[in-house]
Amino acid sequence: MGFEDLNHNFITAPLEELVKWSRKNSVWPATFGLACCAIEMMATGAAHFDISRFGMEVFRASPRQADLMVVAGRVSQKMAPVLRQVYDQMMEPKWVISMGVCASSGGMFNNYAIVQGVDQVVPVDVYAPGCPPGPETLLHAILTLHSKISTGEMHSRRLDSGGGARLMLPHPGGAGYEDVHVEMRTPH
Amino acid sequence: MSTAGPTDSVASAPLAGGGETLPTAAPAAHAMTAAEAAGYGVPVSFSRGQPVLHVDQAGYEAVIARLRDDGFNGVVDLTAVDYLAHPGRELPDGVRGERFELVVNLVSYVRRQRVRVRVQLPEHDAVLPSLFYVYPGTEAMEREAYDMMGIVFTGHPDLSRILMPEDWEGHPLRKDYAVGRVPVQFKQSPGTR
Amino acid sequence: MSEDPPHNTWTPVHTAETDAETLVAETSEGTQELQPRTLTESAELLRERGAVLRLPDGGVLDSADIDVEITDDETMIINMGPQHPSTHGVLRIMMELDGETVLRSKPIIGYLHTGMEKTGEELTYVQGGTNVTRMDYLAPLFNELVFALATEALLELEVPERATWIRMLLTELNRVSSHLLWMATNGMDLGAVSMMIYGFREREMVLDFFEKTTGLRMNHNFIRPGGVAADLPDGWQEDVNEILHVIPGRLAEYDDLLTGQPIFRERTQGVGVLTAEEAVALGATGPILRSTGVAWDLRRDMPYMFYDQLEFDVVVGSYGDAFDRYAIRLNEIRESLRIITQIVERMPEGDYRIQDKKVTPPPRRRIDESMEALIHHFKIFTEGFKVPEGEVYVGVETPRGEIGCYLVSDGSPKPYRLHIRDASFVNLQSLPIMMRGGLVADAVAVISSVDPVMGGVDR
Repeated sequence: MGFEDLNHNFITAPLEELVKWSRKNSVWPATFGLACCAIEMMATGAAHFDISRFGMEVFRASPRQADLMVVAGRVSQKMAPVLRQVYDQMMEPKWVISMGVCASSGGMFNNYAIVQGVDQVVPVDVYAPGCPPGPETLLHAILTLHSKISTGEMHSRRLDSGGGARLMLPHPGGAGYEDVHVEMRTPH
Repeated sequence: MSTAGPTDSVASAPLAGGGETLPTAAPAAHAMTAAEAAGYGVPVSFSRGQPVLHVDQAGYEAVIARLRDDGFNGVVDLTAVDYLAHPGRELPDGVRGERFELVVNLVSYVRRQRVRVRVQLPEHDAVLPSLFYVYPGTEAMEREAYDMMGIVFTGHPDLSRILMPEDWEGHPLRKDYAVGRVPVQFKQSPGTR
Repeated sequence: MSEDPPHNTWTPVHTAETDAETLVAETSEGTQELQPRTLTESAELLRERGAVLRLPDGGVLDSADIDVEITDDETMIINMGPQHPSTHGVLRIMMELDGETVLRSKPIIGYLHTGMEKTGEELTYVQGGTNVTRMDYLAPLFNELVFALATEALLELEVPERATWIRMLLTELNRVSSHLLWMATNGMDLGAVSMMIYGFREREMVLDFFEKTTGLRMNHNFIRPGGVAADLPDGWQEDVNEILHVIPGRLAEYDDLLTGQPIFRERTQGVGVLTAEEAVALGATGPILRSTGVAWDLRRDMPYMFYDQLEFDVVVGSYGDAFDRYAIRLNEIRESLRIITQIVERMPEGDYRIQDKKVTPPPRRRIDESMEALIHHFKIFTEGFKVPEGEVYVGVETPRGEIGCYLVSDGSPKPYRLHIRDASFVNLQSLPIMMRGGLVADAVAVISSVDPVMGGVDR
C-alpha cells in the first residue's frame, strides 16, 4: 500500500507517515545466512545485541513472509541463481542489506568462484562493511535502513529509476548466458 | 548407557610407545619405520619424517588393499596436485614425475600410525580405479579431485562435479586455469607462476 | 526405524564342526552357508542398505534421468534447501521418500565454494592465515593452527613454549565457543528456541576474551607461522578464570533443560544411528566417530603441541545416535574447561613467537632504530618468507573432527598446493546412512547432530 502517487492533502499525509513508521518498525528478515557473517547475524539476534528491540527478531524462513534479505556471506556462482530466486519471491516493499565485504564486493576472494558483489544479482539498499561486521555494524546498517524507510527515500528512488537490477543468469539448460532484464513491479 | 545424565566418559589411556613431548613441528612421531615401509616393494621417501610410498598407476589398487589389510583402516584424505609449474621436484630413484599426482593419506586407528601414498599420473592418462569399495569415505574426496583436477576414477558410483555447478567447464585447481580475478583499481594482479 | 525387507530366510544352525553358529540361507539352489554378519565388508554393507541416492543435481530433473527402480509403492523425491530453516548453512539435500520415511538421500554441496585452495596459492605464508581461517568459520583458530603447524613442519621450526601454550589456550576456548554455538543451533533446530538465546550468552563471554586478545570476535588471523601474533593482554588470567567460573554452572542449567527432558530425548535418542564400522569406513572423525564407541581423539592418540602433558578424558558414546553426540559435545565443553584450567596454571613466560628474523616480523619500535629490521619487515610483508621444498600433512582435532593441512612447497614464498582436509566435508558422507529409515521430520535433527559447517565443506 503506497500513497506516493496520491496528491498529498491534510488527511493522507499523516497516514503515509503512519505507514512508513509501521514498515520501519516491523521489518522481518528472511534467513539468508551463508557463511561467517551469518554467525554474526545470529549473534545480533541473540540476547547480547538483540535486534528484537527493533522488532526484527522473527527471521522468517519463507521469503514470501519477509521484508528484508540480509545477504550475510559470500555468494558463490552456484548460489547466485538461488539468491535471485529467493529475492524474487519476496513481496514488495522489500529491501536488501549486503552484510560483509564478500557480499558487498567479493571481499578478499577475487576469483572464479565468488560473485564480486551481490549487487550484480539483486539491488542493494545498504552495504555493511566488515569481515565479519560486528553486531554493532550490522545494527548501524539496519538503523540506516530504517531511517531511509522513514523518509520514504527508498520508494521514490525505485519508482524514478523504474527498473530492477540488470542481471545475467546462466540458462537452466546450461547452454550459455541469457541477458535478462527484470522489471520492477510498481506497488499498488 | 544410564538413563539419567550424559554418557560416561572414558578415562584417557596411556600413550602407546614412548611419551616424549612432541615439539610443535614434528608430525613424524606416529610413523612407520623405514623397514616396515620397505616391505611394500615400492620406492619410499620420508618427507619431514612422514613415510611416503610412491606407487605407480598399475600397482595402486594392490598396495592400497595391502595397506588396508595391514591395519590402515581409516582414510584421512585423498587429493591431487598439479605439478605443471614445478616439474623438477624431488622424487626417489625409480620414480618418474608426471603432471598430476594423487595423494592418499591413510591412518591406522589400531597402530596409531599414518602413511601417505603418492601416485604419478600422466596428463593424457589421469585415470585410476576408485577406492570406494575399499574405503567408502573416498566417495566425496574422489569427486572433488575429479571436479578440481580432472582425474577420472573408474568404478566410482557417481563421478560428477561436487563443488562447481554441474555444467561448469574446466578444472579450477589446475595450474593452467586462471584464478579468475576481476581487475581492481590500484591493485595489480599478481603474476602467474 | 524400518527394517530392510527380508529377501532371504537366514536360519542360525549349530554345526557339528565348530561351536559357532553359522547362518544358513534357503535359496532356490539349496542351502547356502553365509559368512557371519560381522565379517561383511563395510562397502558391501553400505551397498546393501542402498542408502545413497545417485542423481544428477542440476536444476531440471527429467524422470528419464533417474535410473532407480521404481517400486510398486511410489516413492517421491523432494528437495530440501539450499535455503531452509535449519541453521546449518547452504546445504541442499535431495531425499527419496516413501510416505514419511526417508529411503535414500543425497547431500549436494558447493553452494559456498570460494576457491580458497586456489586463492591460497596466490597468497604468501604470512597472508595464508587470513584465507584459511575462513574455512571452518566456527573454529577459525583451528584452521589457522593447522596451517601454521604445516608451515612450521616444512620450515622445520620449533616455536617457543609460551607460543604453544597460548595456542592451546585459544584453541580450547574456541572449542568451547564452537560447542556452545552448536548447542544453541541444535536447540533451535529441535524447537528449543530458548537454548538459542542461552548458548549465545556464554559464547559472548568467550568472544569478548578473543576480542581483547586477538582484536577480532571471529576470523582472527592470530595463530601464524612462528607463533602467535601478539602476547596475551595483562589480566588475562582474571578473564579466563571468570569464564571458567561462570560456564560450568550454566552448563548444569543446560543439562537440566535438555538432557532429562522427555521431548528432547524422544527427538534425539535412536535418531541418526551410525555403527562404528560404518563410521570408520566413511572416514568420519570427531564426535560422530566417538559417538559410535570408537575412542579416537587426536589430542590423546597422536598428540601434538603439549596435549600429552595434560590430563583430560576422551568422551565416548555407545549408541551412535543424535543424543550421544549431544552428550559428547556437552561433556567436551567440560573437558575443555578442565584443560584450560591446567593451561592457566602452567603457562610459562617467554616469547610469544620465534625470534627467527626471516619468519617473524620485527617489533614496530625497532623499525625506527634499525635498518636491518626495516628491511626484514619489508621483505616479510611484500615478498614473504621462502619455505623449503617439500610436502607435509598435519592433522589436529577440532570440534568437528580432524582437520588436516596438506601443504606442498616449491621453495617460493607462496604455497604450491594448499589442501585442507576438512572434517565436515568427510562427515557429511555419513548423512545418507544416518537418515535412512528415519522420518523426514528427523532429517533436521540428524543434520544438526552432524554439525556441518559449510565453509569448511565447500572451501
